[in-house]
Amino acid sequence: MSLTQTTSRNVRVAPPGDVPAIVLDKVNKWYGLMHVLRDVSLTVAQREKVVVCGPSGSGKSTMIRCINRLETHQQGSIVVDGTELTDDTRALDTVRREVGMVFQSFNLFPHLTILENCTLAPIWVRKMPKADAEELAMSYLSRVKIPEQAKKYPGQLSGGQQQRVAIARALCMKPKIMLFDEPTSALDPEMIKEVLDTMIGLAEDGMTMVCVTHEMGFARQVADRVVFMDRGEIVESGPPNELFENPKTDRLQLFLSQILRGH
Amino acid sequence: MSTTTLRGATVPLKPQPATAMGSPWIWARANLFNSWLSTAITLVLGYLVVRFAVGVIEWGFLNAVWSVPTRADGTADTSACLNAKGIGACWAVIHDKYRFILFGRYPYEEQWRPAICIALFIALFIVSGMRRFWRRELAWIWLGTLTAIGVLMWGGVLGMQFVPQDSWGGLPITLILSTFGLAFAFPLAVLVALGRRSTQLPAVKMICVVYVELIRGVPLVSLLFMASVMFPLFLPEGINIDKLLRAQIAIILFAAAYLAEVIRAGLQALPKGQGEAADALGLSYWQKTARIILPQALRLVIPPLVNTFIGFFKDTSLVLIIGIFDLLTAGKVAISEPAWQSFATEIYIVLALVYFTFCFAMSKYSRGLERDLDRARSR
Repeated sequence: MSLTQTTSRNVRVAPPGDVPAIVLDKVNKWYGLMHVLRDVSLTVAQREKVVVCGPSGSGKSTMIRCINRLETHQQGSIVVDGTELTDDTRALDTVRREVGMVFQSFNLFPHLTILENCTLAPIWVRKMPKADAEELAMSYLSRVKIPEQAKKYPGQLSGGQQQRVAIARALCMKPKIMLFDEPTSALDPEMIKEVLDTMIGLAEDGMTMVCVTHEMGFARQVADRVVFMDRGEIVESGPPNELFENPKTDRLQLFLSQILRGH
Repeated sequence: MSTTTLRGATVPLKPQPATAMGSPWIWARANLFNSWLSTAITLVLGYLVVRFAVGVIEWGFLNAVWSVPTRADGTADTSACLNAKGIGACWAVIHDKYRFILFGRYPYEEQWRPAICIALFIALFIVSGMRRFWRRELAWIWLGTLTAIGVLMWGGVLGMQFVPQDSWGGLPITLILSTFGLAFAFPLAVLVALGRRSTQLPAVKMICVVYVELIRGVPLVSLLFMASVMFPLFLPEGINIDKLLRAQIAIILFAAAYLAEVIRAGLQALPKGQGEAADALGLSYWQKTARIILPQALRLVIPPLVNTFIGFFKDTSLVLIIGIFDLLTAGKVAISEPAWQSFATEIYIVLALVYFTFCFAMSKYSRGLERDLDRARSR
C-alpha cells in the first residue's frame, strides 16, 4: 500500500513500571479507500482494564489487532510497554512475547492436544524445557478449571471450554498485557458466564487488559474505563457507570439503546 | 443400547428401521427387486455379469496354456498357445519372460541384485507408511536404503560386477523414477507453494508463479524430450549427464509444479485465524509454518496429493519415448521375439496388475491414514 509510512525506525526501550502499557498516538489506517481508524489516540496504564465497545464496523477489532500488529497501521505511532511497533521484526517479536491475545473464534490448533496447544509457544518461543512448560500449562489449565481435559483435542471440547483453553494458552507465555477480541461473541449463552468468570479472575489479579466486548455487565464489574468507538474513531471514553448513565453523544445513546433492547 | 442419557434424564430411543440393517435378503428386496422395472434391470445386468465372469474364467483359467516346451535351438515352441488363441490365455509367455519384464536387460546371473532392490523399495514404503516411524531417524533410513539400492544396481564394489545404467530395466527403473521423483518433488513443491503465497517477498512469489505456470503449461513428453535431446546440446563437450538422471530431473520438476498447486489449495483452505493465533503467540514464520500451517494443510489435501502421486507413478512409463527401459518398455520388448509376438494381451494384463497393485496400495493407505488422523481429532 502506498500510504505505508512509519514515523520512526528506532526502537525505544524505556524502563518498565513507570511507562504506560500501551500508547496509541493519532493512529490512522485505511483499507483501500476506506478510512477504518481515524486519529485514534488511547493510553492504557499498567494494570488498567479497558473495555472497548461500539457497533460492528466501528474499527474496534482493527484497533486491538493493531496493538500486536496482526494489522499494520499507516500513520501515527503505537508503543507497547516502551517498544514502538515498526517494520523492525525484533521489536515485533518483543511485543508479541509480552502481549497475549484471545480471539472470537478461539483459534486453537485442532491437530494438537490441549496440553500441546499450551506448551507450544513456551517451548519454541521462550525455549523452556518441555517438562517445565507442561507443568506451567497444567497450572494455568487448573486455573481455568479444565486440567482434566489436557490430553483431549480441541474438537472434543465445548465452545466455552475451548475459549478457556485459549486464555490459558495465552497466559502460558506470561504476558504483561492481554487483548480480548470479542471473546464471548461466538459462544452459546450458557457458556458465556464461565468465560467471563475466568476473565474477571484475571482482572482481579492485576493483569493489564484491553477487551472488545458487548457484555455491559462485565464492563461495569471490571473496567476502569470504557471506550466507545464509532466509524473508526473514539467518540467517548470514561468510567463505565458515568458513560452508561450519562452518555454525552447521540451516537452512544443510540448504541446503548440498541444494546439494551437486544438483551 | 436402547437409551441415551441427556443431562441425567433417560430418553427411549426409537429402533432403526429394518431395511437399513437387516439381512441381505431384505436389502436385496428393497434395493434390487422393489418394482417391475428394477427387477428387470437386475435380471438383465445379472445375466451380463455372469456371462462375463464365465468368459473370464474360461479364457484365463480353464482353457489357459500355462507352459510350453522348449525346442532344441532354445526358442519356445508356442504351437500349443497358437492353437488355444481366442479361447484360452497363453500364460506361458509370462512364465517364459517374467524375468525380462521385471529386470530388462540386466545381466541374467546378476538379477538377484535388482530383485533385492525391489524388495528394499517395498520395505522402505512400508516403513515410511507406519506412523510410529515418523521421526527424524526416517531420513537416515531413506538415505541408507537409497544408497544400498544405488550400490546394488551399479555394483563395481564388494566383488559385484559393474552394470552400466543402460543395462538397467524393468520394475526397478519404474520404482527409482517414481520414488526419487516424488521424494524430491514434494519438498520442492512445499517451498513453491509457500513462495507463491508469500506477501512479503514479491520477487520470490513471481518466480514461483512463473515456474508453476511454465512447467504446467507443457506436456511431460516434451519436457522428457528436452531433457534427453536438447539438454546435452547446452553442455560443454565431454560432459555427459546420465540419461536416467536427466529424465529423473524432468520428472521432479514436472511433479513439483503439480504438487505445489495441490499444497497451495490446502494452505488456502486453512482458516486465517490459525496463522494469526501462531503470530500472536510470537512464533516465527518457519515455526508457524512447520508446526501449525503445514500439518493441517497437508492433512486437508491427502486425497488430491495421493491422486497426483498415483498419476505420476504411472506417468513414469512415458520415459518409453526416450528409450529408458522401464516396466512398460520391458513388457513391450519382451513380446518382440517372433514366437511370442501374438500374445501382447497377456503381457499387458500382467503389467496392468503390477501397476494396479502399487496404485491400489497407495490409495488404500491414504484412506487408512485419513481415518487415523480423523479419529485422533474427532472433529
